Amino acid sequence: MPAVAETIETVQSVQEGGYKWGFETEIEMEFAPKGLNEDIVRFISKKKNEPQWLLDWRLKAFALWQKMEEPDWAGVSYPKIDYQDAYYYAAPVKKAGPKSLDEVDPELLKTYAKLGIPLKEQAILAGVEGAGESPADSGRMPVAVDAVFDSVSVATTFRGELAKHGIIFCSISEAVQEHPELVREYLGSVVPQGDNYFACLNSAVFTDGSFVYIPKGVRCPMELSTYFRINAKSTGQFERTLIIADAGSHVSYLEGCTAPQRDENQLHAAVVELVAMDDATIKYSTVQNWYPGDAEGKGGIYNFVTKRGACRGARSKISWTQVETGSAVTWKYPSCILLGDDSVGEFYSVAVTNNFQQADTGTKMFHIGRNTKSTIVSKGISAGRSQNTYRGLVKISPKAQGARNFTQCDSLLIGDQCGAHTVPYIENRCVTAKVEHEATTSRIAEDQLFYCRARGLNEEEAVGLIVNGFCREVLKELPMEFAVEAQKLLAISLEGSVG
Amino acid sequence: MLRIEGLTAEIEGKQILKGIDLEVPKGEIHAIMGPNGSGKSTLSYVLSGREGYDITGGSVTWNGQDLLAMEPEERAAAGLFLAFQYPVELPGVGNANFLRTALNAQRRARGEKEVDAMAFLKLAREKLKQLQMSDEMLKRNVNVGFSGGEKKRNEVLQMALMNPSMAILDETDSGLDIDALRIVSEGVNALRGPDFSALVITHYQRLLNYIVPDRVHVLMGGRIVRSGGKELAEELEAQGYGQASAA
Ligand SMILES: Nc1ncnc2c1ncn2[C@@H]1O[C@H](COP(=O)(O)OP(=O)(O)OP(=O)(O)O)[C@@H](O)[C@H]1O
Ligand SMILES: [Mg+2]
Repeated sequence: MPAVAETIETVQSVQEGGYKWGFETEIEMEFAPKGLNEDIVRFISKKKNEPQWLLDWRLKAFALWQKMEEPDWAGVSYPKIDYQDAYYYAAPVKKAGPKSLDEVDPELLKTYAKLGIPLKEQAILAGVEGAGESPADSGRMPVAVDAVFDSVSVATTFRGELAKHGIIFCSISEAVQEHPELVREYLGSVVPQGDNYFACLNSAVFTDGSFVYIPKGVRCPMELSTYFRINAKSTGQFERTLIIADAGSHVSYLEGCTAPQRDENQLHAAVVELVAMDDATIKYSTVQNWYPGDAEGKGGIYNFVTKRGACRGARSKISWTQVETGSAVTWKYPSCILLGDDSVGEFYSVAVTNNFQQADTGTKMFHIGRNTKSTIVSKGISAGRSQNTYRGLVKISPKAQGARNFTQCDSLLIGDQCGAHTVPYIENRCVTAKVEHEATTSRIAEDQLFYCRARGLNEEEAVGLIVNGFCREVLKELPMEFAVEAQKLLAISLEGSVG
Repeated sequence: MLRIEGLTAEIEGKQILKGIDLEVPKGEIHAIMGPNGSGKSTLSYVLSGREGYDITGGSVTWNGQDLLAMEPEERAAAGLFLAFQYPVELPGVGNANFLRTALNAQRRARGEKEVDAMAFLKLAREKLKQLQMSDEMLKRNVNVGFSGGEKKRNEVLQMALMNPSMAILDETDSGLDIDALRIVSEGVNALRGPDFSALVITHYQRLLNYIVPDRVHVLMGGRIVRSGGKELAEELEAQGYGQASAA
């Protein structure tokens, strides 16, 4: 979601300390029948008017998935998921393009408003004809948004402006229709269908997501942002994002997400693939605040996501920054495959767990090219009865002469019923490579809390301040507006964790 | 007016304060002296509301309010300030951000308008200048990597910004060089007035040449064993605490 002043105010207005995005929007929906089988896969593909090659690709994934076992190695536990008891396709019913905001489904607008999306962008998102294609009249740096509502991308903003630079930013369904050659070449090229259980499921049933192509030598003039929301009941959300940065290009991409508050758990299994060619840079930032479940551990999103970037070109760079505060269970390892010589991979992460949340997250850095460099900074914060695991792999191949990795994992505990775990795997098969690992675990000290309180901060403000300090190195990697939002989110997600 | 009556307190089952009686009238500055481990810091923590102390008896009223019933942050908002003997480090938290957050938290609690970043910076620069401190101080993380003296000066900077009506200075003079001692003292004296009172905890009579106290109290073994005028400090300096308790 675009983190602008309005969003921040919305976040600030939270009083009861609950999950503020826990509203449900009553919008006319169109569902596929419940359950998962080959017919559903065909149904989705047909609904999206896909070419035969993509249907075949999905069916192959589905066949693979049926033979796979759900992984159980992560430090998370949850009741067995019944994959037949969910909807795999839900879309807001499309009406002819509204002429003005008055004609837009007011429920949809309310949703946007609750999310703090400014009116102007609301109009664009809702597809109001002729609404703002000129970023000039908004005072701040524009953010182009692709909004994915349940299974379907509802709108993408600023496309005209981006097209002037030859940039393609649209939903992946549209890309399949309009740029099939690009999709066909890159889809599954970083995360193949059979990569893992959840990615495989996604490959079979993904319904939408964002597609970005930045042409050679182009520096994307604005932040690109995707906003994901699960709204319909019992739907899984399986979005698929593909970003290609051609030689010498540069793009910064933001991802935000929310879901309504529900008693039952909902599954979210996304796949994100990034490709960076020679001298290209992709900066991918996520602020994840899916519904984490209530204070007793009821409900919440299962967030089983595969994110991977390939630094194919020399001197290319992929940087993942994530602030993970939501979801009941998070299983996520944004990774970099450093193929190109002198390519760079970065992973900056803040993962907060409170109450009964469980997070098993980290990164994998595969050093293949010469002089490849990677940096991992992970900050885990656990409160309540939550469990927080950093799991990382640094793998250096024999050919990666002069490769370097620096890893720093810090854990902060609030209270004494939570857990923090650090599981770093290092496989170095190159003598000229250098791998450094540092890890610390600490608690918020009583004297720090008292010092803040003696200066007038209440306990929650004090915790917020100390936690933000602890995360400073990661938060500074976020685009400015996102960083402010992330700070507020950290404070909110830790509410009630002390005292 | 701060009135402490029969205050007893323990920590981890060990009685530290054994019946403190003390009054600090509005507008006065009182000094507390006493040997190591006698309970001076304990008293300052109990007054500012630190958790972990069992208050087993007595009362503390401040301008008629029951001080002990208030949360630490409520005491701060009401104008109580503690300059810590050992200021605490807050890694990653910028000093300017910390000071502004604290100031605004207090202002909010009092129903006053918050100060924006620009106005705060102006105010902070003014105080820094007064205390002959560099602006660099604002950019650093709270007390992280500060020298002993810098930490103490940072406490005084905070006091100047918060503009309290009651300050407790716990050995703020320890670790200050001679010039800093004078500057810090001037900082305290600048606050002096009919609405400002202070409890100055110190081991050294020298400080009291700069901040001249209205009264001096000797705290030993958890009790005030003697009180007197500023000349008492000189006597203690000359004779030590053995004599003081005997008298
Ligand atoms: N957490 C604690 N647990 C046990 N004993 C404590 C604790 N905190 C303080 N004490 C004891 O309480 C007594 C008083 O300590 P306090 O810090 O108040 O002394 P002080 O007068 O400030 O000394 P100094 O001049 O050295 O600063 C000491 O004997 C100290 O060891
Ligand atoms: Mg002391």
